[in-house]
Amino acid sequence: MLTGKNKITYFDNAASSWPKPEVVYQAMDDFMRNIGGNPGRSGHRVSIAAARIIFEARESLAGLFGLADSSRIIFTANATEALNLAIKGALKKGGQVITSGFEHNSVMRPLRFLEQESKVQITSIGPSQDEMVDLRLLEKAITAQTKLIVSVHGSNVTGDIAPIEKISAIAKKHKIPFLVDASQTAGCMPIDLSRLEIDMLAFTGHKALLGPQGTGGLYIKEGIELAALKQGGTGSSSESERQPDFLPDKYESGTPNTVGIAGLGAGVKYILKTGIQEVWKKKKHLRAYLLKSLGSIDRIKIYGNLQPEGLAVVSFNLGDLSPSEIARQLSEKFAIMTRPGLHCSPLAHRTINTFPKGTLRASLSNFNTSQEIDHFIKCLKKIARNPA
Amino acid sequence: MFKKNSPESCVITFSAVYHALKAEKHFKGLGFKVKLIPVPRQISSNCGIALEFNFRDRERLAAVIQGARLAIENIYPLFKIL
Repeated sequence: MLTGKNKITYFDNAASSWPKPEVVYQAMDDFMRNIGGNPGRSGHRVSIAAARIIFEARESLAGLFGLADSSRIIFTANATEALNLAIKGALKKGGQVITSGFEHNSVMRPLRFLEQESKVQITSIGPSQDEMVDLRLLEKAITAQTKLIVSVHGSNVTGDIAPIEKISAIAKKHKIPFLVDASQTAGCMPIDLSRLEIDMLAFTGHKALLGPQGTGGLYIKEGIELAALKQGGTGSSSESERQPDFLPDKYESGTPNTVGIAGLGAGVKYILKTGIQEVWKKKKHLRAYLLKSLGSIDRIKIYGNLQPEGLAVVSFNLGDLSPSEIARQLSEKFAIMTRPGLHCSPLAHRTINTFPKGTLRASLSNFNTSQEIDHFIKCLKKIARNPA
Repeated sequence: MFKKNSPESCVITFSAVYHALKAEKHFKGLGFKVKLIPVPRQISSNCGIALEFNFRDRERLAAVIQGARLAIENIYPLFKIL
């Protein structure tokens, strides 16, 4: 955190995490200043050094996700691009798609786009008494036309965790591809793809993976073939005017965001060094402390299942106050950064009955502290006492 | 007068940069001395970089390639022109 008059309390890590570990800044600076070449295009040592940065980042991610073959991880500009690749690829011939009731617009908008073109029918499944997705209703919704099941892993609105292992068992039983949106969970929660029956998993680089904006990716299980979103130069098979059919080149045309991937790779290495179990433990501790502290405020309504197994992402409303007014006062009077509104997830807000007003969301990273939570609660209480 | 002597090193070519780096990491992990180089002009390859290694390691290396499912294109001996 910054000190002195520039000190801020940054509680908007579900949008973009900040700050990053020092090694992330260093890796990006080192690439820009000392390497800078185009990865693998030219064969000289600078080009090889750039290619090695991307390769190492891919290997680190494979290590984090328990994958032996890192070529199954495709780099994209963000989770949105990864989700578009997965959704448009899997639903090329149309059909029915089943989603959770907590999907972000990065899933819903590509689906609504395909729906408008009369290609797909969308069924969204709400929560049950104790799970974020009602598994019984999910299985009942499956038809012969079901071509894809999509679920967010951790909700960017409530911080709740979807039962992806149980969903994957249903998907496998009915032989339907299963896509997971791990935007909020990759980097802070253990995800073992060698054990989980997941066909595709989209992630972003700039949240819990601690990399910069403009990075993300998609894991594609062996046997899943998608139509690439773009075609172009790959540095391989240059004599051919046709796109290569092997991974990762098939889905990675054009000069990549090497500086971004350098930062992402450093972020992932930092997480591997800390240990993902340690990261997750601290995250759950912050969640528990945040929930307990918020619970001490009068007239607060906290949304979600409030289970201990969740993210340090919490949505709430304070009496009749508008979320955007609280957020404005937190920012202007107390230098606390939160996010009000619908969090690009109107479906999730409909599911928890907070549409269209929305909620105020506080989302923490492991660089946040319990002292910052105490300060946040004190300021919220001040605003509640004196809303004008 | 030019004369070819026995090969000094070999290069492995690959279909893509990813496989070249994967092979480099694998061989280095096993203690082989290998180096990524631009593909020599007398060889044609789908990818601009190749992996150079010592000629005397060729048999041990070939055995590793078979066991490790490394995707390679070709292996060439490189002669030094005197």
